Amino acid sequence: MPFVEPTLRLSLAQYRGIVAHCYDGLPHEACGLIAGPVDASGEPNGDVGFIYPCTNADESARTYTVDSRDLLRSMRDAESRGEELVGVWHSHTHTDAYPSDTDVRQAMEPHWVYVIVSLKHAEPVMRAYRVRDGRIEEVAVDVAGL
Amino acid sequence: MAVEVKLPTLLRVHADGASSVTAEGVTVGEVFAALTDRHPGLAGNLVDGDGKLHKFVNVYRNDDDIRYLDSLDTKVADGDIISVIPAVAGG
Repeated sequence: MPFVEPTLRLSLAQYRGIVAHCYDGLPHEACGLIAGPVDASGEPNGDVGFIYPCTNADESARTYTVDSRDLLRSMRDAESRGEELVGVWHSHTHTDAYPSDTDVRQAMEPHWVYVIVSLKHAEPVMRAYRVRDGRIEEVAVDVAGL
Repeated sequence: MAVEVKLPTLLRVHADGASSVTAEGVTVGEVFAALTDRHPGLAGNLVDGDGKLHKFVNVYRNDDDIRYLDSLDTKVADGDIISVIPAVAGG
């Protein structure tokens, strides 16, 4: 399956921050929000400006809900930086880095990039997707220096 | 009380594309009822069939999540900003 735009571009520190947060969340799924620049139509350009590790309000190994207070705080902070929330990451503790049926059903933001970190294997696997009208399209992930 | 209700991208289509609308009410529930009267397309997106706050939507009165206050019975004051933000969730 070819990649769609935009390529998600993270710094090494941001990548490590996301992965560390996922391991920290075990045995539950971890989740966090991603902010970055958007164009006039609300489309992200793929740059990650800031990552916001959040609390999984579900406290579950099978589902996640970004805590509502983390959501508001992250949104406000992103706006104060001239950015917008452009995506979310969450971990799959025992399955592959691919959107589950629940992920697809609850993907509300057509502009967002949905990042999944699988902790199934010895090394973490990070992949990213757009989910639009029930369609899953993968985006490339470019980590500087990795 | 006249309050501003900020709508997420997803719901703006039901309010003629507006990102922000003004509505009156004593509680968040009344504000939403007034909004839904004016924009019937919003029905079912803010309040569910049992009259409770929709599971997949977060609603904040200024900076407070109303689920930690009185939910739809939360009182509002003139000039309050009600922000509606879809839940970010999955599995």
